[in-house]
Amino acid sequence: MDDSTISRIQNDPNYKALVSERTSFGWIMTIITLVLYYGYIAIVAFSPATIAHKVAGNVTIGLILGVGLILGSILLTGIYVLRANSRYDQLTQAIAQAVSGGRK
Amino acid sequence: MKSKFSFLSLAGALALAAGPAFAEGIEAGARQSTDWTAIIIFAAFVVLTLGITYWAAQRTKTAKDFYAAGGGITGFQNGLAIAGDYMSAASFLGITALVYTFGYYGLIYSIGFLVGWPFIMFLMAEPLRNLGRFTFADVASYRLSATPTRAMAATCTLVIVAFYLIAQMVGAGQLIELLFGLPYTWAVIVVGVLMIIYVTFGGMIATTWVQIIKAGLLLGGSTLMALLVLAQFGFDFNALIAKAIELHSKHEAILSPGPQVANPINAFSLGMALMFGTAGLPHILMRFFTVGNAKEARKSVFWATTFIGYFYILTFIIGFGAIVLVGTNPIYHEAGDIAKALLGGGNMPAIHLAHAVGGDLMKGFIAAVAFATILAVVSGLTLSGASAVSHDLYASVFRHGNVDEATEVRVSKATTLVLGVVAVILGIVFQTINVAFMVGLAFAVAASSVFPVVLISMLWKGLTTRGAVIGGLVGLFSALILTIVSPSIWEAVFHMPKGSSLFPYVSPALFTMPLAFISIWLFSITDGSERAKGEKLAFEAQFVRSQTGIGAEGAASH
Repeated sequence: MDDSTISRIQNDPNYKALVSERTSFGWIMTIITLVLYYGYIAIVAFSPATIAHKVAGNVTIGLILGVGLILGSILLTGIYVLRANSRYDQLTQAIAQAVSGGRK
Repeated sequence: MKSKFSFLSLAGALALAAGPAFAEGIEAGARQSTDWTAIIIFAAFVVLTLGITYWAAQRTKTAKDFYAAGGGITGFQNGLAIAGDYMSAASFLGITALVYTFGYYGLIYSIGFLVGWPFIMFLMAEPLRNLGRFTFADVASYRLSATPTRAMAATCTLVIVAFYLIAQMVGAGQLIELLFGLPYTWAVIVVGVLMIIYVTFGGMIATTWVQIIKAGLLLGGSTLMALLVLAQFGFDFNALIAKAIELHSKHEAILSPGPQVANPINAFSLGMALMFGTAGLPHILMRFFTVGNAKEARKSVFWATTFIGYFYILTFIIGFGAIVLVGTNPIYHEAGDIAKALLGGGNMPAIHLAHAVGGDLMKGFIAAVAFATILAVVSGLTLSGASAVSHDLYASVFRHGNVDEATEVRVSKATTLVLGVVAVILGIVFQTINVAFMVGLAFAVAASSVFPVVLISMLWKGLTTRGAVIGGLVGLFSALILTIVSPSIWEAVFHMPKGSSLFPYVSPALFTMPLAFISIWLFSITDGSERAKGEKLAFEAQFVRSQTGIGAEGAASH
C-alpha cells in the first residue's frame, strides 16, 4: 500500500466507524472478561467459604461460578464473532471496494 | 483414607510451588505390564498419522505450506487444532489428578487456562492474522528493525519451546513406560523419531491434522468416560458430588478452593500467568497464520474456546468420578490397599477410571490417546522452534532476507532434526530430575516477554525497536530469574532448605508482566533516534492493515 492509499482509507468514514466500533467493543468485552475472572479470583482468595457455600443440594456457589465462567467465555467469544461477522466484515468489504474502485 | 495419598505432600508442594507446572508434571511410578490393547490402538494411530504425513508431504511445496499449511486451514479445523495443542496429555491427566486429589482446586486451574481465549479474541486474533506470515516475530518486527527484534523474539521462542519440550519429553517417557510397559529410553526415542517424521515431511499441514485427529479422539474418549461415570449415578450430578464428599478423605473440603490459593498474591499471580501465558505461547500464536483471513481467525478462537471449555467440564466430572470409583477400589492401589498410593503414581486417576468404567479396552484406548496427545503437542512445539531458527534467525538475522524460500525450508527441516535429537537427549538426561516447574516457567516467560511485545506492537504507536527488544529481554530474564529463586526450583530441584527461596510466590507474572510493560514504554519514549521516528510514522500503515486486512497474506490458491 502506498501513502495515498493509506490516507484515503484513513479518511474513509467506513474505516473510521470500523476502528472506533471494533476498538471500543473489543475493550468493553476485554474489561468484562477481566472483571469476571479477577472477581472470581478475588472470591477464591478472600472469601473461600463463599465458594464452598451450597445453594442447591451439593451444588455450591463455586461450582456455579466455575461452570458459569467457562460457559460465559464461550458466550462472550460467540457474541464477538456474531457481531464481527455481520458488522465489521461489511465495513471491511466496503473499505476494500472503495480502495480497489479508486485505483481504476 | 488418610494416608492413602502418599504422594499428596509432593503433589501439594508441586502445585503450590510450580503453579501451572503440576498440571503438566508426570510423576515416575512402577512400570506396568505390557498393555497390548494400548499398543495396538496406538499403532493404528501411528499408521493413520503417517498416512496423513505422506499426503501432507505431497502438498507441502512452498515455505507458506511448510510453516502455515498454505493458509488453507478453516476456522473450525484450526479451533480443534488449537484445542489439541492446549489439551496436552498432562493437562488431561494432571487436571483430573488435581480434581481427584484436591477437588475444587482443579477447576480453578481449568478456568485460568480458559479465560486467556476471550482475551485473545477481543484484542489479538484479527490483527495477528492480518499482520503476520509465519511466526509472531513477523508481527512484532512489522515496522521495527528486523535484526534485533527477530533475534529477541527467536530467543524467547527457543527458551519457551525448550522448557515446554523437555517437560513433555520426560512426561512422555514416564507415561509410556507406565502405560505401555516400554522402557523409558525407547519411549523417548519413539516420540522423537515420529515427531521428526511428521514435521520434516509434512510440515504444518501434517502437524495440524495430527493435532486435529488427536483432539477428536481425546474429546470423544473424555465424553464417553464422563457419560459412563454419570450413568453410574443415574445421570444425577448431585448424587456424584454427595458420594465423592462421603468417600474423599477431605470430605466437605473438596468443595473449597484449597490452601494453595489462600494467599491472594499467589492466586492473582497464578491467574495472570495462566491467562496471559496462553496469549504468548509461540506454537499457539503460530496457528493464527494457518487460516485464510481474519474472519477464520475469529472462528478459530470461538471453536477453540468451546472445545477447551467443554473439555474442562469433562475433566471435572472425570476427577469426581475417580474419587468415587478409583479412590475406593483396592485393585488400583499398591498392595491392594486403598490407604496406599495409586498404582503408577499420582497422575493415574483418569487411566484407572477408564478401566473402572470401561474395562481393558477403554483403558487401552485412553492410554493410546494420551500417547498420541504427547506426540501431537511435541510436533507443534518443534515446528514452532524450527520456524524461529529458520525464518527469524537464519533468514532475517544472519542472511538479512537474502535467501530463497527453498533454502529457508531446508534450514527449518534441518533444525527440526537437530531439535528432535536434542529433545531426545535432554529427555534422557532429565529423566530423574523433577521437571514439573518447566511448563510453569514457559507460561511465565510467555506472559512476561512474548505477550507484552506482541500486544504493544499491534496497539501502541510509540513503540520503538529499542523498547521492544529491551522490554522483551527484561521480561524474559526477570521471569527466568524469579522462577529459579522461587520454591519450585530453589527448594524442589536444588534442594535448598525450605523457606530459603528469595521469591516466595508460585508465579512471577504479577511482577514481571508490569516490569516488561514499563520497560517497553520507558525505553520507547526515551528513544530519540532517527530510526525510532521512522518506526512511529510507520504505525499508521501497519494499523490500517491490522484493521482491514488489506495487503495481508491471503490463503494459498492451490
